[in-house]
Amino acid sequence: MSASNARFSSRTQVALLIIAILVFPFVAAPFGNAWVRIADVALLYIMLALGLNVVVGFAGLLDLGYVAFFAIGAYLAGLLASPQLAATIESLQMDFPTAGIWVAELFGPVIAAQGMHLSVWLIVPLAALVAGIAGALLGAPTLKLRGDYLAIVTLGFGEIIRIFMNNLNAPVNITNGPQGINLIDPIRIGPVSFAGEAGVVRLGELAIPSVNAYYYLFLLLCVVTIIFSYRLQHSRLGRAWIAIREDEVAAKAMGIHVRNMKLLAFAMGASFGGVAGAMFGAFQGFISPESFTLTESIAILAMVVLGGIGHIPGVVLGAVLLAALPEILRHTVEPLQMTLFGQIWIDAEVLRQLLYGLALVLIMLARPAGLWPAPRKEQHLQTAEAAP
Amino acid sequence: MDLLVQQLINGLVLGSMYALVALGYTMVYGVLNLINFAHGDVLMIGALTAWSILQLLQHWVPDWPGLIKLTIAIVGAIPVCVIVSLLIERIAYRRLRNAPRLAPLITAIGVSILLQTLAMMLWGRDPLPFPQVLPVEPLHVAGGLMTPTQLLLLLLAFASMVILTLVVERTRIGRAMRAVAENPRVAALMGVDANRVIMLTFAMGATLAAVAGVMWAANYASAQFAMGFVPGLKAFSAAVLGGIGNIYGAMLGGILLGLIESLGAGYIGDLTAGVLGSHYQDIFAFIVLILVLTLRPSGLMGERVADRS
Amino acid sequence: MTTALLSVQGASKRFGGLQALADVSLAVRRGQIHGLIGPNGAGKTTCFNVITGLYQPDSGSFVLNGKPYSPSSPHRVAQAGIARTFQNLRLFGEMTALENVMVGRHVRTRQGVFGAVLRHSAAREEERDIEQRAHELLRLVGIAGLAQRTARYLSYGDQRRVEIARALATDPLLLALDEPAAGMNATEKSSLSDLLQQIRAMGTTILLIEHDVKMVMSLCDQITVLDYGRVIADGTADEVQRHPEVIAAYLGRDAA
Repeated sequence: MSASNARFSSRTQVALLIIAILVFPFVAAPFGNAWVRIADVALLYIMLALGLNVVVGFAGLLDLGYVAFFAIGAYLAGLLASPQLAATIESLQMDFPTAGIWVAELFGPVIAAQGMHLSVWLIVPLAALVAGIAGALLGAPTLKLRGDYLAIVTLGFGEIIRIFMNNLNAPVNITNGPQGINLIDPIRIGPVSFAGEAGVVRLGELAIPSVNAYYYLFLLLCVVTIIFSYRLQHSRLGRAWIAIREDEVAAKAMGIHVRNMKLLAFAMGASFGGVAGAMFGAFQGFISPESFTLTESIAILAMVVLGGIGHIPGVVLGAVLLAALPEILRHTVEPLQMTLFGQIWIDAEVLRQLLYGLALVLIMLARPAGLWPAPRKEQHLQTAEAAP
Repeated sequence: MDLLVQQLINGLVLGSMYALVALGYTMVYGVLNLINFAHGDVLMIGALTAWSILQLLQHWVPDWPGLIKLTIAIVGAIPVCVIVSLLIERIAYRRLRNAPRLAPLITAIGVSILLQTLAMMLWGRDPLPFPQVLPVEPLHVAGGLMTPTQLLLLLLAFASMVILTLVVERTRIGRAMRAVAENPRVAALMGVDANRVIMLTFAMGATLAAVAGVMWAANYASAQFAMGFVPGLKAFSAAVLGGIGNIYGAMLGGILLGLIESLGAGYIGDLTAGVLGSHYQDIFAFIVLILVLTLRPSGLMGERVADRS
Repeated sequence: MTTALLSVQGASKRFGGLQALADVSLAVRRGQIHGLIGPNGAGKTTCFNVITGLYQPDSGSFVLNGKPYSPSSPHRVAQAGIARTFQNLRLFGEMTALENVMVGRHVRTRQGVFGAVLRHSAAREEERDIEQRAHELLRLVGIAGLAQRTARYLSYGDQRRVEIARALATDPLLLALDEPAAGMNATEKSSLSDLLQQIRAMGTTILLIEHDVKMVMSLCDQITVLDYGRVIADGTADEVQRHPEVIAAYLGRDAA
């Protein structure tokens, strides 16, 4: 096959893929909302995996507490776009009256009664910023640690954040503890709320299910995240991170300020997680500490490892596989077991765990570079690579 | 004052369990320079295996003395834990001995998940009530209360540590272990089979973890597939506190961490004027870990663990 | 008029019981190739590591280009103008040869997060410059055609060249090379000598650790000899060759 033929067929492949991605919600519609919902969640995981990829894949820092930034973004949305702040002020007034009254005055009577309801355009950058700062703060103590110790310490931080989220309902009710935060505002663009009425969004004449609206929004965010990741990778910063990953001593000798670069990697990765978290809060309308466990951190890590550490297309693949596959299997394997055995031997939760565990073990033993690693340039000299 | 004594006793009990598990981490680190992330789950397997054994014993021979039943449970759990631990070494670690250090860690995380999933499938998701085969009436000890289970735990922990010390210091095997920990290549030149020593190290660690797991479940009267994760992490913190790679450090670190946690949980309310309550107890171990690694990475008795070029 | 570009006075470094460097002083003159030789274990690499900030000296003063510098961290040393290569080759294996050299430009360029993500015109221009300079340097060291090859898979000799190009990319005042000819055959050594002379002609000063005595004697304007952590001789090739202590150090006391 001549070179131009080969390029043509791969171009058509890409075009077909893009079309498939764009029409997916309409194709899946007759089968119920569940499939699009699964896709929405998968898109969020893609963002998370890409964020972790900056830390683990580019800079080589094994962060096992990444879910903490997802939590921070989500709880930020929870505090700033729901009635929760009113509850916080109320509990403050009860236990610390002087401070409570002062804070109530600061926010004004409307917020004290109904909580804050910032628009998504404010919350997203805020989530990125706050999560980014948190990333730098949590990364700071780990800078001199060897790989596996760094992993354990970041794991500890992830757990600490979760414990705080779970317990910050007394004396002042900030996070509402194990019950989580309810009634988080859905995304609102102009006059159109993504929750719509009864789950249907109306845009003039058009009516699409709410999950579809979120699908396209998250798809857009994913594309932006992918572009950001790619640009970071192929920049002075990206090269510095990869240099640190490959050989920290040589990187230092070449004038790279390793400490600051590592902090920046933590911060950037964390900010992706924060944005995903805020979106998650708005999408679900409800968050609780249960969504932000170590299992989630490990799941995201599994996605990066399975797909191909450091290779953006691989990471996206890994995220799609590990986010969607368990759900797809649940919808197929459980009914299958019912018909075959009359009961469920392996339920969805077990299946999910099995997949994560196997992904990590098998990949490391058999194909450590991942399912779709960066192509090696060994023998053939390549012409200049195309870059978007 | 009574509260203090009670907290000290609790701390000692908790610390002994941490010490037993910490020893497993520290010994493996000593010979392989690697954190055995799945070690906490070995503890869990021990506890659940013992649960099953006790179910059988309770069913077939309910009249036997509790101590005998518990002993049988422990003796039965040990080989299972050893086998699991050896399998982990074989599958997850042996082939990756020369791989970049993150690879065995990632594999270990995967193994940990698989073990938990396996346990979930075999024993279900919910916590299982662990049979109380020893009398529950607490004994009066030194001004505080201690249940017979806790007393047994202390005795077993103490005995285990003494035996381990004797083995490491006085036997050929122990010398071989220390040699491999110092310098595997030279040890090999001296005729020491590194693989066998490593397997033995895992086996010993697993034995201690089995004892700790059974006693943990007996103490808290509960066993569940996820029970190993948090104690494992805390025991690891204890090992780092004492100085990873150093056996006496692990014992010291374990006891210390138990005391810190117990006293901390008891007094944190007073210390923070009610802002933080005792459910923040789990955080202490992590804070200790972070502080130790930041301020004194070699721990109380061990070697440097900070990044080496 | 040649003045000292790098001046080291009284550098000492102890590792536990071993005095690796004892009161070492040397002066590298601008525009010269300065050799650092000595028997194995004399402390040459330790001296390098101290000068370039990898080790903290116990004592000593260090002046580069008239400005005192404290070799406390390698990246500041690189910023100040000393770039080095490593005895055991420390390339960024998964990057291409070109990318390795581009990393060398890091210390002289500025674009950060915004430049990376937004790719505005200043950022794009800087990237173009970085890539262009990297290509030039690869051409200079003679491996222009290997730019897109992954560094890990290059031949040993080519990898050494990449490391030199990478160090040159930092626009150093002083290029410090730790045994660049190790493992090379005679032809390769000869072409390396040519390259080093070319670099000197371009105005970069070179400090060189090397075991190949013939190569050092023919290449270096000035040579410092270390033995057991001390300077035992410092002078031109002729002076050093005739120095009795140097002969004794290499060949044993009786040969002197």
